[in-house]
Amino acid sequence: MIPKKFDYHAPASIDEVIRILGENEEAKILAGGQSLLPMMKLRLAAPTAVVDISRLPGFSYVRDMGTHLAIGALTTHDTLGNDKSVKERFSLITDAVARIGDQQVRNLGTIGGSACHADPAGDIPTALLAADAQFVIEGKRGKRVVPARDFFVDLFTTAVGHDEMLTEVRLPYLPQRSASAYMKHSVREGGFAIAMVGVVATLEDGNSCRDARIGVGAAGPTPIRAVSAEKYLKGNTLDEATIAEAADRAVEGAEPPSDVHGSREYRLETIKVLTKRSLRIALKRAGVPGMRVSE
Amino acid sequence: MKADEQIRMSMRVNHKQYSGAVEPRTLLVNFLRDDLGLTGTHVGCDTGHCGACTIIMDGRTVKSCMILAVQARDAEILTVEGLAEDGKKLHPIQEAFMQNHGLQCGFCTPGILMSSLFLLQRNPHPTEEEIRGGVEGNLCRCTGYVGIVRSVKAAAEVLSKGKTTTKKKEVDH
Repeated sequence: MIPKKFDYHAPASIDEVIRILGENEEAKILAGGQSLLPMMKLRLAAPTAVVDISRLPGFSYVRDMGTHLAIGALTTHDTLGNDKSVKERFSLITDAVARIGDQQVRNLGTIGGSACHADPAGDIPTALLAADAQFVIEGKRGKRVVPARDFFVDLFTTAVGHDEMLTEVRLPYLPQRSASAYMKHSVREGGFAIAMVGVVATLEDGNSCRDARIGVGAAGPTPIRAVSAEKYLKGNTLDEATIAEAADRAVEGAEPPSDVHGSREYRLETIKVLTKRSLRIALKRAGVPGMRVSE
Repeated sequence: MKADEQIRMSMRVNHKQYSGAVEPRTLLVNFLRDDLGLTGTHVGCDTGHCGACTIIMDGRTVKSCMILAVQARDAEILTVEGLAEDGKKLHPIQEAFMQNHGLQCGFCTPGILMSSLFLLQRNPHPTEEEIRGGVEGNLCRCTGYVGIVRSVKAAAEVLSKGKTTTKKKEVDH
Protein backbone atom coordinates (compact mmCIF):
# COMPACT_ATOMS: atom_id res chain seq x y z
CA MET A 1 0.00 0.00 0.00
CA ILE A 2 1.26 3.41 -0.97
CA PRO A 3 -0.03 6.75 0.29
CA LYS A 4 -1.83 9.15 -2.00
CA LYS A 5 0.46 11.73 -3.62
CA PHE A 6 1.49 14.69 -1.51
CA ASP A 7 3.89 17.62 -1.70
CA TYR A 8 6.85 17.08 0.57
CA HIS A 9 8.53 19.69 2.73
CA ALA A 10 11.49 19.18 5.04
CA PRO A 11 11.86 22.57 6.70
CA ALA A 12 15.05 23.42 8.55
CA SER A 13 13.51 25.65 11.22
CA ILE A 14 10.35 26.10 13.27
CA ASP A 15 9.65 29.40 11.49
CA GLU A 16 9.67 27.60 8.18
CA VAL A 17 7.36 24.90 9.56
CA ILE A 18 4.85 27.53 10.65
CA ARG A 19 5.08 29.39 7.34
CA ILE A 20 4.42 26.25 5.29
CA LEU A 21 1.51 25.22 7.55
CA GLY A 22 0.07 28.73 7.17
CA GLU A 23 0.15 28.45 3.39
CA ASN A 24 -1.67 25.13 3.22
CA GLU A 25 -4.54 24.33 5.53
CA GLU A 26 -4.42 20.65 4.60
CA ALA A 27 -0.73 20.18 5.34
CA LYS A 28 0.06 17.60 8.02
CA ILE A 29 3.10 17.47 10.24
CA LEU A 30 5.04 14.20 10.06
CA ALA A 31 7.01 13.58 13.26
CA GLY A 32 7.65 9.90 14.02
CA GLY A 33 5.01 8.88 11.49
CA GLN A 34 3.94 5.77 13.37
CA SER A 35 0.27 6.81 13.33
CA LEU A 36 0.18 9.14 10.33
CA LEU A 37 1.90 6.87 7.80
CA PRO A 38 -0.29 3.79 8.44
CA MET A 39 -3.33 6.08 8.13
CA MET A 40 -2.00 7.51 4.86
CA LYS A 41 -1.26 4.02 3.53
CA LEU A 42 -4.81 2.92 4.34
CA ARG A 43 -5.96 6.23 2.76
CA LEU A 44 -7.76 7.13 5.99
CA ALA A 45 -5.68 10.29 5.73
CA ALA A 46 -4.64 11.92 2.48
CA PRO A 47 -2.98 15.27 3.23
CA THR A 48 -2.03 17.25 0.12
CA ALA A 49 1.23 18.25 1.78
CA VAL A 50 3.45 16.66 4.40
CA VAL A 51 5.75 18.74 6.57
CA ASP A 52 8.47 16.36 7.68
CA ILE A 53 9.93 17.49 11.01
CA SER A 54 11.51 14.13 11.85
CA ARG A 55 14.98 15.64 11.32
CA LEU A 56 14.24 19.12 12.69
CA PRO A 57 17.10 19.78 15.13
CA GLY A 58 16.62 20.97 18.70
CA PHE A 59 13.33 19.35 19.68
CA SER A 60 14.52 16.13 21.26
CA TYR A 61 15.44 16.60 24.93
CA VAL A 62 14.46 15.95 28.53
CA ARG A 63 15.49 18.86 30.77
CA ASP A 64 15.23 19.48 34.49
CA MET A 65 13.93 23.05 34.72
CA GLY A 66 13.78 23.23 38.53
CA THR A 67 9.99 23.38 38.71
CA HIS A 68 9.16 21.07 35.85
CA LEU A 69 10.56 18.58 33.39
CA ALA A 70 10.69 19.98 29.85
CA ILE A 71 10.36 17.38 27.11
CA GLY A 72 11.01 18.29 23.47
CA ALA A 73 8.13 17.34 21.17
CA LEU A 74 10.37 15.13 19.02
CA THR A 75 11.63 13.04 21.96
CA THR A 76 10.94 9.41 21.10
CA HIS A 77 9.04 7.02 23.33
CA ASP A 78 12.18 4.91 23.55
CA THR A 79 14.23 7.85 24.82
CA LEU A 80 11.53 8.76 27.37
CA GLY A 81 11.21 5.15 28.53
CA ASN A 82 14.93 4.96 29.26
CA ASP A 83 15.21 8.38 30.90
CA LYS A 84 16.13 8.25 34.59
CA SER A 85 14.67 11.62 35.56
CA VAL A 86 11.32 10.68 33.98
CA LYS A 87 11.27 7.37 35.87
CA GLU A 88 12.26 9.03 39.14
CA ARG A 89 9.62 11.75 39.01
CA PHE A 90 6.91 10.45 36.70
CA SER A 91 6.77 6.66 36.84
CA LEU A 92 3.39 6.76 35.11
CA ILE A 93 5.05 8.13 31.97
CA THR A 94 7.65 5.33 32.08
CA ASP A 95 4.83 2.80 32.62
CA ALA A 96 2.84 4.28 29.73
CA VAL A 97 5.57 4.47 27.10
CA ALA A 98 6.56 0.86 27.82
CA ARG A 99 3.08 -0.13 26.65
CA ILE A 100 3.20 1.81 23.37
CA GLY A 101 3.25 -0.38 20.25
CA ASP A 102 6.52 -2.27 20.09
CA GLN A 103 10.24 -1.48 20.07
CA GLN A 104 10.26 -0.35 16.44
CA VAL A 105 7.31 1.99 17.00
CA ARG A 106 8.90 3.37 20.18
CA ASN A 107 12.14 4.00 18.28
CA LEU A 108 10.42 6.40 15.88
CA GLY A 109 7.22 7.54 17.61
CA THR A 110 7.40 10.82 19.53
CA ILE A 111 5.64 12.30 22.56
CA GLY A 112 4.56 15.32 20.50
CA GLY A 113 3.21 13.19 17.69
CA SER A 114 1.22 10.96 20.03
CA ALA A 115 -0.14 13.96 21.94
CA CYS A 116 -1.25 15.72 18.73
CA HIS A 117 -2.69 12.55 17.21
CA ALA A 118 -4.91 12.59 20.34
CA ASP A 119 -6.18 9.06 20.04
CA PRO A 120 -8.43 8.67 23.09
CA ALA A 121 -7.12 5.11 23.41
CA GLY A 122 -3.49 6.25 23.08
CA ASP A 123 -1.15 5.83 26.03
CA ILE A 124 0.43 9.29 25.88
CA PRO A 125 -2.79 11.39 26.05
CA THR A 126 -4.14 9.61 29.14
CA ALA A 127 -0.78 9.63 30.92
CA LEU A 128 -0.19 13.32 30.17
CA LEU A 129 -3.68 14.23 31.37
CA ALA A 130 -3.07 12.45 34.69
CA ALA A 131 0.35 14.13 34.95
CA ASP A 132 -1.39 17.52 34.45
CA ALA A 133 1.08 18.32 31.68
CA GLN A 134 1.36 21.68 29.97
CA PHE A 135 1.74 22.00 26.22
CA VAL A 136 3.89 24.65 24.58
CA ILE A 137 2.43 25.56 21.19
CA GLU A 138 4.20 27.84 18.72
CA GLY A 139 2.68 29.74 15.85
CA LYS A 140 2.79 33.02 13.93
CA ARG A 141 1.61 34.93 16.96
CA GLY A 142 4.30 33.44 19.19
CA LYS A 143 4.25 30.90 21.98
CA ARG A 144 1.36 29.88 24.20
CA VAL A 145 1.09 27.33 26.98
CA VAL A 146 -2.05 25.20 27.20
CA PRO A 147 -2.91 23.03 30.23
CA ALA A 148 -3.78 19.37 29.66
CA ARG A 149 -7.49 19.86 30.48
CA ASP A 150 -7.79 22.27 27.52
CA PHE A 151 -5.41 20.46 25.16
CA PHE A 152 -7.48 17.40 24.24
CA VAL A 153 -10.50 18.98 22.59
CA ASP A 154 -12.25 16.11 20.82
CA LEU A 155 -11.64 12.84 19.01
CA PHE A 156 -8.21 13.18 17.30
CA THR A 157 -8.47 16.94 17.90
CA THR A 158 -6.27 19.14 20.07
CA ALA A 159 -5.88 22.83 20.83
CA VAL A 160 -3.05 23.04 18.27
CA GLY A 161 -4.18 25.18 15.31
CA HIS A 162 -3.50 24.14 11.72
CA ASP A 163 -0.68 26.72 11.44
CA GLU A 164 0.84 25.89 14.82
CA MET A 165 3.21 23.25 16.15
CA LEU A 166 3.48 21.62 19.55
CA THR A 167 7.12 22.14 20.53
CA GLU A 168 7.39 21.06 24.16
CA VAL A 169 5.56 19.13 26.86
CA ARG A 170 6.08 20.27 30.45
CA LEU A 171 5.54 18.04 33.45
CA PRO A 172 5.17 20.14 36.63
CA TYR A 173 7.06 18.53 39.52
CA LEU A 174 4.96 16.73 42.08
CA PRO A 175 5.11 17.65 45.79
CA GLN A 176 7.03 15.50 48.28
CA ARG A 177 5.44 12.10 49.03
CA SER A 178 3.89 11.79 45.59
CA ALA A 179 3.90 8.79 43.32
CA SER A 180 2.25 7.75 40.11
CA ALA A 181 1.40 4.70 38.03
CA TYR A 182 -0.24 3.81 34.74
CA MET A 183 -1.95 0.62 33.61
CA LYS A 184 -3.62 -0.54 30.42
CA HIS A 185 -5.59 -3.60 29.47
CA SER A 186 -5.68 -4.77 25.88
CA VAL A 187 -6.89 -8.01 24.34
CA ARG A 188 -3.37 -8.80 23.20
CA GLU A 189 0.02 -7.19 23.78
CA GLY A 190 0.35 -4.15 21.53
CA GLY A 191 -3.33 -4.26 20.63
CA PHE A 192 -5.84 -1.47 21.06
CA ALA A 193 -6.77 -0.67 24.63
CA ILE A 194 -9.90 -1.89 26.37
CA ALA A 195 -9.20 0.61 29.14
CA MET A 196 -6.32 2.60 30.54
CA VAL A 197 -5.83 4.48 33.79
CA GLY A 198 -3.09 6.82 35.00
CA VAL A 199 -2.96 7.93 38.63
CA VAL A 200 -0.95 10.46 40.60
CA ALA A 201 -1.30 10.61 44.39
CA THR A 202 0.22 12.90 47.02
CA LEU A 203 0.22 11.88 50.68
CA GLU A 204 0.31 13.79 53.97
CA ASP A 205 0.02 13.04 57.74
CA GLY A 206 0.53 9.33 57.77
CA ASN A 207 -1.27 7.87 54.81
CA SER A 208 -4.01 10.35 54.18
CA CYS A 209 -4.43 11.67 50.66
CA ARG A 210 -3.55 15.31 50.08
CA ASP A 211 -4.20 15.28 46.37
CA ALA A 212 -4.97 12.83 43.61
CA ARG A 213 -5.38 12.87 39.87
CA ILE A 214 -6.83 10.05 37.82
CA GLY A 215 -6.83 9.98 34.02
CA VAL A 216 -9.05 7.50 32.18
CA GLY A 217 -8.59 6.67 28.51
CA ALA A 218 -10.55 4.77 25.85
CA ALA A 219 -13.75 5.94 27.52
CA GLY A 220 -14.99 8.75 25.28
CA PRO A 221 -13.77 11.09 22.54
CA THR A 222 -10.93 12.38 24.73
CA PRO A 223 -9.17 11.03 27.81
CA ILE A 224 -10.99 12.26 30.92
CA ARG A 225 -10.22 13.04 34.54
CA ALA A 226 -12.12 10.94 37.08
CA VAL A 227 -13.13 14.04 39.05
CA SER A 228 -15.53 12.34 41.46
CA ALA A 229 -12.94 9.71 42.45
CA GLU A 230 -10.27 12.39 42.85
CA LYS A 231 -12.53 14.44 45.18
CA TYR A 232 -13.36 11.36 47.23
CA LEU A 233 -9.69 10.46 47.71
CA LYS A 234 -8.70 13.91 49.00
CA GLY A 235 -8.51 13.90 52.80
CA ASN A 236 -9.28 10.20 53.13
CA THR A 237 -6.91 7.62 54.56
CA LEU A 238 -5.53 5.54 51.72
CA ASP A 239 -6.51 1.99 52.58
CA GLU A 240 -8.23 -0.80 50.66
CA ALA A 241 -11.73 0.51 51.44
CA THR A 242 -10.87 3.99 50.16
CA ILE A 243 -9.25 2.56 47.05
CA ALA A 244 -12.32 0.42 46.33
CA GLU A 245 -14.70 3.36 46.70
CA ALA A 246 -12.49 5.57 44.49
CA ALA A 247 -12.41 2.83 41.85
CA ASP A 248 -16.22 2.63 41.82
CA ARG A 249 -16.38 6.39 41.33
CA ALA A 250 -13.71 6.38 38.60
CA VAL A 251 -16.27 5.34 35.98
CA GLU A 252 -18.48 8.40 36.54
CA GLY A 253 -18.43 10.29 33.26
CA ALA A 254 -16.78 7.42 31.38
CA GLU A 255 -18.54 6.56 28.13
CA PRO A 256 -16.67 3.62 26.64
CA PRO A 257 -17.96 2.12 23.40
CA SER A 258 -19.26 -1.42 22.97
CA ASP A 259 -17.52 -3.25 20.18
CA VAL A 260 -16.12 -6.59 19.13
CA HIS A 261 -13.23 -6.24 21.62
CA GLY A 262 -15.40 -5.66 24.65
CA SER A 263 -18.80 -4.48 25.80
CA ARG A 264 -19.36 -1.16 27.53
CA GLU A 265 -20.04 -3.01 30.80
CA TYR A 266 -16.81 -4.98 30.55
CA ARG A 267 -14.85 -1.83 29.81
CA LEU A 268 -16.38 0.03 32.78
CA GLU A 269 -15.50 -2.89 35.05
CA THR A 270 -11.96 -2.88 33.65
CA ILE A 271 -11.59 0.83 34.44
CA LYS A 272 -12.49 0.07 38.07
CA VAL A 273 -10.00 -2.78 38.29
CA LEU A 274 -7.21 -0.74 36.67
CA THR A 275 -7.93 2.21 39.00
CA LYS A 276 -7.57 -0.06 42.02
CA ARG A 277 -4.41 -1.69 40.74
CA SER A 278 -2.69 1.49 39.62
CA LEU A 279 -3.56 3.25 42.89
CA ARG A 280 -2.02 0.36 44.82
CA ILE A 281 1.15 0.52 42.69
CA ALA A 282 1.41 4.31 43.09
CA LEU A 283 0.88 4.07 46.86
CA LYS A 284 3.43 1.30 47.18
CA ARG A 285 5.87 3.50 45.27
CA ALA A 286 5.07 6.34 47.70
CA GLY A 287 6.01 4.05 50.58
CA VAL A 288 2.57 3.10 51.88
CA PRO A 289 2.97 -0.32 53.52
CA GLY A 290 0.75 -3.34 52.89
CA MET A 291 -0.20 -2.58 49.28
CA ARG A 292 -0.93 -5.76 47.34
CA VAL A 293 0.35 -5.24 43.82
CA SER A 294 0.62 -7.49 40.85
CA GLU A 295 2.75 -5.38 38.53
CA MET B 1 9.01 19.33 -3.40
CA LYS B 2 5.96 18.77 -5.55
CA ALA B 3 4.21 15.41 -5.32
CA ASP B 4 5.36 14.32 -8.79
CA GLU B 5 8.93 15.50 -8.39
CA GLN B 6 11.66 12.96 -7.92
CA ILE B 7 13.79 13.67 -4.90
CA ARG B 8 17.45 12.83 -5.34
CA MET B 9 19.03 11.30 -2.27
CA SER B 10 21.69 8.97 -1.07
CA MET B 11 22.14 6.65 1.88
CA ARG B 12 24.59 4.07 3.11
CA VAL B 13 23.17 0.57 3.09
CA ASN B 14 25.21 -2.31 4.50
CA HIS B 15 28.33 -0.09 4.42
CA LYS B 16 27.90 0.75 0.76
CA GLN B 17 26.90 4.13 -0.61
CA TYR B 18 23.75 4.16 -2.74
CA SER B 19 21.92 6.99 -4.42
CA GLY B 20 18.64 7.25 -6.22
CA ALA B 21 15.59 9.37 -6.86
CA VAL B 22 12.21 8.78 -5.28
CA GLU B 23 8.73 10.22 -5.24
CA PRO B 24 7.90 11.70 -1.82
CA ARG B 25 5.39 8.90 -1.16
CA THR B 26 7.83 6.03 -1.79
CA LEU B 27 8.24 3.93 1.34
CA LEU B 28 11.72 2.96 2.47
CA VAL B 29 10.96 -0.76 2.11
CA ASN B 30 10.02 -0.26 -1.54
CA PHE B 31 13.17 1.75 -2.22
CA LEU B 32 15.33 -0.98 -0.64
CA ARG B 33 13.60 -3.82 -2.47
CA ASP B 34 12.65 -2.32 -5.82
CA ASP B 35 15.33 0.31 -6.43
CA LEU B 36 18.32 -1.23 -4.67
CA GLY B 37 17.30 -4.85 -5.26
CA LEU B 38 17.77 -5.74 -1.59
CA THR B 39 14.85 -8.14 -1.35
CA GLY B 40 16.00 -9.75 1.91
CA THR B 41 13.83 -7.21 3.72
CA HIS B 42 10.31 -8.63 3.46
CA VAL B 43 6.90 -7.02 3.14
CA GLY B 44 4.51 -8.96 5.33
CA CYS B 45 1.38 -7.15 6.45
CA ASP B 46 2.27 -3.74 4.96
CA THR B 47 0.33 -2.09 7.79
CA GLY B 48 3.01 -1.85 10.45
CA HIS B 49 2.00 -4.84 12.51
CA CYS B 50 4.18 -7.79 11.54
CA GLY B 51 7.74 -6.44 11.61
CA ALA B 52 8.99 -8.52 8.66
CA CYS B 53 10.33 -5.30 7.09
CA THR B 54 12.39 -4.37 10.17
CA ILE B 55 15.79 -2.86 9.38
CA ILE B 56 18.29 -0.91 11.46
CA MET B 57 18.47 2.80 10.66
CA ASP B 58 21.10 4.91 12.40
CA GLY B 59 21.42 2.30 15.12
CA ARG B 60 17.76 1.66 15.89
CA THR B 61 15.23 -0.79 14.54
CA VAL B 62 12.45 0.66 12.40
CA LYS B 63 9.74 -0.90 10.29
CA SER B 64 10.73 0.14 6.79
CA CYS B 65 7.09 0.09 5.63
CA MET B 66 6.29 2.78 8.21
CA ILE B 67 8.82 5.35 7.07
CA LEU B 68 9.24 7.29 3.84
CA ALA B 69 12.37 6.66 1.80
CA VAL B 70 13.17 10.41 1.88
CA GLN B 71 13.21 10.27 5.67
CA ALA B 72 16.20 7.94 5.37
CA ARG B 73 18.28 10.33 3.26
CA ASP B 74 21.93 10.24 4.36
CA ALA B 75 21.10 7.54 6.91
CA GLU B 76 23.18 4.50 7.77
CA ILE B 77 21.03 1.44 7.07
CA LEU B 78 21.64 -2.19 7.94
CA THR B 79 19.47 -4.88 6.34
CA VAL B 80 19.60 -8.65 6.68
CA GLU B 81 21.98 -8.75 3.68
CA GLY B 82 24.53 -6.81 5.73
CA LEU B 83 24.67 -9.27 8.63
CA ALA B 84 26.96 -11.92 7.14
CA GLU B 85 30.64 -11.04 7.04
CA ASP B 86 31.71 -10.41 3.44
CA GLY B 87 28.26 -11.65 2.49
CA LYS B 88 29.43 -15.21 3.18
CA LYS B 89 30.22 -16.04 6.78
CA LEU B 90 26.96 -16.00 8.73
CA HIS B 91 26.57 -13.60 11.62
CA PRO B 92 26.55 -15.38 15.01
CA ILE B 93 22.85 -14.55 15.37
CA GLN B 94 22.08 -16.13 11.99
CA GLU B 95 24.19 -19.15 12.94
CA ALA B 96 22.30 -19.46 16.25
CA PHE B 97 18.92 -19.33 14.48
CA MET B 98 20.07 -22.05 12.11
CA GLN B 99 21.34 -24.29 14.92
CA ASN B 100 18.40 -23.79 17.27
CA HIS B 101 15.41 -24.09 14.99
CA GLY B 102 14.75 -20.33 15.16
CA LEU B 103 12.83 -20.39 11.91
CA GLN B 104 10.51 -22.59 9.96
CA CYS B 105 9.13 -20.91 6.84
CA GLY B 106 11.61 -18.07 7.30
CA PHE B 107 9.42 -15.23 6.10
CA CYS B 108 9.63 -13.28 9.38
CA THR B 109 13.30 -14.14 9.93
CA PRO B 110 14.95 -11.07 8.33
CA GLY B 111 12.99 -8.80 10.67
CA ILE B 112 13.47 -11.04 13.70
CA LEU B 113 17.23 -11.10 13.10
CA MET B 114 17.40 -7.30 13.02
CA SER B 115 15.31 -6.98 16.21
CA SER B 116 17.49 -9.62 17.89
CA LEU B 117 20.66 -7.75 16.92
CA PHE B 118 19.25 -4.48 18.30
CA LEU B 119 18.25 -6.23 21.53
CA LEU B 120 21.63 -7.90 22.03
CA GLN B 121 23.53 -4.69 21.30
CA ARG B 122 21.54 -2.96 24.00
CA ASN B 123 21.24 -5.85 26.41
CA PRO B 124 23.91 -8.53 25.90
CA HIS B 125 22.39 -10.90 28.50
CA PRO B 126 18.62 -10.73 28.11
CA THR B 127 16.23 -12.88 30.15
CA GLU B 128 13.57 -14.90 28.37
CA GLU B 129 11.04 -12.18 29.17
CA GLU B 130 13.33 -9.50 27.75
CA ILE B 131 13.86 -11.55 24.58
CA ARG B 132 10.10 -11.94 24.14
CA GLY B 133 9.75 -8.19 24.71
CA GLY B 134 12.53 -7.51 22.20
CA VAL B 135 10.78 -9.38 19.39
CA GLU B 136 7.31 -8.18 20.42
CA GLY B 137 7.08 -6.19 17.19
CA ASN B 138 7.84 -9.20 15.01
CA LEU B 139 5.14 -11.75 14.31
CA CYS B 140 6.08 -15.38 13.66
CA ARG B 141 3.31 -17.76 12.72
CA CYS B 142 5.39 -20.97 12.66
CA THR B 143 7.66 -21.38 15.64
CA GLY B 144 5.54 -20.28 18.57
CA TYR B 145 8.67 -18.27 19.48
CA VAL B 146 10.18 -21.15 21.48
CA GLY B 147 12.92 -21.70 18.91
CA ILE B 148 13.40 -17.96 18.51
CA VAL B 149 13.93 -17.42 22.23
CA ARG B 150 16.36 -20.35 22.30
CA SER B 151 18.23 -18.93 19.31
CA VAL B 152 18.59 -15.45 20.78
CA LYS B 153 19.81 -16.96 24.08
CA ALA B 154 22.38 -19.04 22.20
CA ALA B 155 23.47 -16.01 20.17
CA ALA B 156 23.84 -13.99 23.37
CA GLU B 157 26.15 -16.63 24.81
CA VAL B 158 28.28 -16.78 21.71
CA LEU B 159 28.49 -13.01 21.27
CA SER B 160 29.38 -12.40 24.91
CA LYS B 161 32.21 -14.92 24.64
CA GLY B 162 33.41 -13.16 21.52
CA LYS B 163 33.26 -16.42 19.61
CA THR B 164 31.75 -16.64 16.18
CA THR B 165 30.80 -20.30 16.11
CA THR B 166 28.20 -22.21 18.04
CA LYS B 167 27.98 -25.88 18.79
CA LYS B 168 25.19 -27.77 17.16
CA LYS B 169 22.49 -28.44 19.71
CA GLU B 170 19.89 -31.15 19.88
CA VAL B 171 16.56 -29.84 18.66
CA ASP B 172 13.61 -30.61 20.94
CA HIS B 173 10.51 -31.85 19.25
